[in-house]
Amino acid sequence: MTTGREAPRKARLRAPGRGVPLALLVPALLGLAFLLVPLIALLLRAPWRSLPEQLTSPEVWDALRLSLLCATTATALSLVAGVPLAWLLARTDFPGRGLVRALVTLPLVLPPVVGGVALLLALGRNGVVGQWLDAWFGVTLPFTTTGVVLAETFVAMPFLVISVEGTLRAADPRYEEAAATLGASRSTAFRRVTLPLIAPGIAAGAVLAWARALGEFGATITFAGSFPGRTQTMPLAVYLALQNDPAAAIALSLVLLAVSIAVLAGLRDRWMTAS
Amino acid sequence: MTGIEKDSEHVPDPAGAAEGLDARLVVDRGSFHLDVALAAAPGDVVALLGPNGAGKTTALRALAGLTPLSTGHLRLDGVDLRRTPPESRPVGVVFQDYLLFPHLTALDNVAFGPRCRGAGRTEARARAAEWLDRMGLAEHADAKPRRLSGGQSQRVALARALATHPRLLLLDEPLAALDARTRLEVRARLRRHLAAFEAVAVLVTHDPLDAMVLADRLVVVERGRIVQEGTPSDIARHPRTEYIAQLVGLNLYRGQAEGHTVRLDAGPAVSTTEDLSGPAFVAFPPDAVTLYRERPAGSSARNLWRCEVAGLETHGNRIRAELTGELALAADLTAVAAAELDLRPGAPAWAAVKATQTHAYPA
Amino acid sequence: MTRSHRTRRIAGAGAAAAVLALSACSASGPGASASAESGGQGVTGTVTVFAAASLKESFTTLGERFEEEHPGTEVAFSFGGSDGLAAGVNNGAPADVFAAASARTMKLVTDEGRTAGSPSTFVRNRLEIATVPGNPHAIDSLDDLTASGLKVVLCDRTAPCGAAARTALAAGGVELEPVSYEQDVKSALTKVELKEADAAVVYRTDVKAAGDKVEGVEFPESAEAVNDYPIARLENAPNPSAAKAFVALVKSPEGQEVLGRAGFLTP
Repeated sequence: MTTGREAPRKARLRAPGRGVPLALLVPALLGLAFLLVPLIALLLRAPWRSLPEQLTSPEVWDALRLSLLCATTATALSLVAGVPLAWLLARTDFPGRGLVRALVTLPLVLPPVVGGVALLLALGRNGVVGQWLDAWFGVTLPFTTTGVVLAETFVAMPFLVISVEGTLRAADPRYEEAAATLGASRSTAFRRVTLPLIAPGIAAGAVLAWARALGEFGATITFAGSFPGRTQTMPLAVYLALQNDPAAAIALSLVLLAVSIAVLAGLRDRWMTAS
Repeated sequence: MTGIEKDSEHVPDPAGAAEGLDARLVVDRGSFHLDVALAAAPGDVVALLGPNGAGKTTALRALAGLTPLSTGHLRLDGVDLRRTPPESRPVGVVFQDYLLFPHLTALDNVAFGPRCRGAGRTEARARAAEWLDRMGLAEHADAKPRRLSGGQSQRVALARALATHPRLLLLDEPLAALDARTRLEVRARLRRHLAAFEAVAVLVTHDPLDAMVLADRLVVVERGRIVQEGTPSDIARHPRTEYIAQLVGLNLYRGQAEGHTVRLDAGPAVSTTEDLSGPAFVAFPPDAVTLYRERPAGSSARNLWRCEVAGLETHGNRIRAELTGELALAADLTAVAAAELDLRPGAPAWAAVKATQTHAYPA
Repeated sequence: MTRSHRTRRIAGAGAAAAVLALSACSASGPGASASAESGGQGVTGTVTVFAAASLKESFTTLGERFEEEHPGTEVAFSFGGSDGLAAGVNNGAPADVFAAASARTMKLVTDEGRTAGSPSTFVRNRLEIATVPGNPHAIDSLDDLTASGLKVVLCDRTAPCGAAARTALAAGGVELEPVSYEQDVKSALTKVELKEADAAVVYRTDVKAAGDKVEGVEFPESAEAVNDYPIARLENAPNPSAAKAFVALVKSPEGQEVLGRAGFLTP
């Protein structure tokens, strides 16, 4: 994941007489082409001439602003709850841990629309929990920006948990022991030793979660609906535009794509290779 | 055997203030069973010596509270520590590969302990700076661990462990991660620090030289049990197991003594100067062995065995020959002698040892 | 110009792929052999029908009737949004019949010359307000939907139901801010069924299909926004004779009766 580890691999590829076996090269290139050709097609057929006009519409900026805001907030929520959860799964042993781990990863395989329905049943106005939120605090979550954040957190947090848990498992637990012999309680050891050590893994997990949240569609439209400026994020806007104005849809997709690439590239340089 | 097995295991020490360490460490983990008793007074440096897998590190972890005791007791300065979590024990640990926190500078590594034990940021750093200065590392205070050499890391780790003023200092293979040259210098330095340390120090090592240089007392552990303990010179002179004999560079055999002869369990008899009867050990150093290509005609040595060279290796400026045959033994000779005898694996050889060069003692 | 035309084809290709996948799964009826002889009318084999989502219940019934009347035939349906279906047809999806929920979506297909003959309107649909059972907020008109605190969902203007709702609201001079613009009529209805929304403006047929999970409220402005449903055989139909027979069944008194029971109006 770090460039430090990639460097020797690149060197080996270039070493004379150490060719890449064809059995690996051919499927690898096919895979690469499969991933890239649709993106290239998107660029080739983009309505470049009408693009400025598409992009200056306030709706696009509303949707983009909302998307970035919600994805970032969802990532923050995922971090706050997901990192401790990952620690619990990686560092402690409690009955049913395997089951809890499987449940945590469930949103990864659940169709997002089903996730949205599940959220409605749990947090909706008549949901298992939501009816009390409404009765006691007058809070209803569906059709609100908060609802978008929750829907995105629901689908994005598992990515973070899995990533951080993996890093934790790979990290040497003896650093925590060393901290303990120096008088650090478990929470101090976690905060001052473990957290800095697994920072690259957390960063990678956060980026994954953010990217997943940014592209979230199914759970969002099901749980939070679609209203410009409030719950209509970029993917929703793209989908709705696709119905009658594919050119606009492609323009919106390009914006989303450009922003994602810019953010991910920026993070990679500044953050992921930092330590 | 250990001389400290009191019957007061469940009764608090009446004096209540027995200074130093008094422990019986029992750890059961599957097929592995550790049971060692340790006692030491403040100022003592005890080395746990033993082969890999003997349970030395487990004993150390049990002392630190990182591995729970199955049974036994653990008192430090009269305080029962069995139920005390590691972070509350007055114990400092220098880990084998130091485990310096890679994201903190040397100074912050050392300040970590004082910070956790309640000191303010400035105070902790001041104390850490003092320790680094004492270790001769003042100019490396701002360096991250990866910029430190092995010897420097070891000193930072020691400073980090000492900065909490432990009443028990534990060192796990403190010199194992160093190359031969640094080792010499670090060993001497560590010896000075340990000699100056006012509380109990326990170090774990598989290197007899480290143990003998650094410790006042050796405790030899094999397969989870103490097989011998005593001062370094005592153990070097009277090894009681093959492992220790090898460590201190002796050929050691067990047998039945009758007067000036010990009939070995391994087969042949050995003439000795001591007059003993009953079970006994016989030991002689490898350089007491003389090798011949042909059976020596006029040799006065009564201890003469027909052997075969199994292997050769260089030991400093000497060559050590491992021999099998009537008696398995190690012999040291000069390179010139080895060349003259044309020694090579598989070559036959006669080994002779004078009775005056052997040493027999009751088993 | 050409650029935007091309982009439409890409988008359509995606939709067509989805449509094909759907139609592969939705083949209904017993697995009758395609080679079996029919009842003397020369109609045999599989007939593939692309139809608007709102036609699902009634067309499924008609499909079963068709298979009974023409032994040896099989009706394969693909139900979906009319826009996506039209894109599929234009991209060469092997369909025999297309039934759309609006004249606009049918026009997408006729503009490309993909229909055999001109389409004809076979039913009409009008809007209704769907409320939670018992209508606790006593909604009686479009204007009642503007009451503060009331959560109303509409279809997005890109969906036919959304376009119709806009027309109706404009006709009544009602300014309404919904909590959400749903992507199709079924999602709008679902929000009411789950009681997350208090009301939705949907088709009368949807209210009927939802049974007692919602309650329908008629409103006069719906007359201004009546949707025509056109049906047409397709130019490249793999099974033209069966296509002809199916369209005939839909337009027959028997077909109209089934559609009428679902809440559709005769044209």
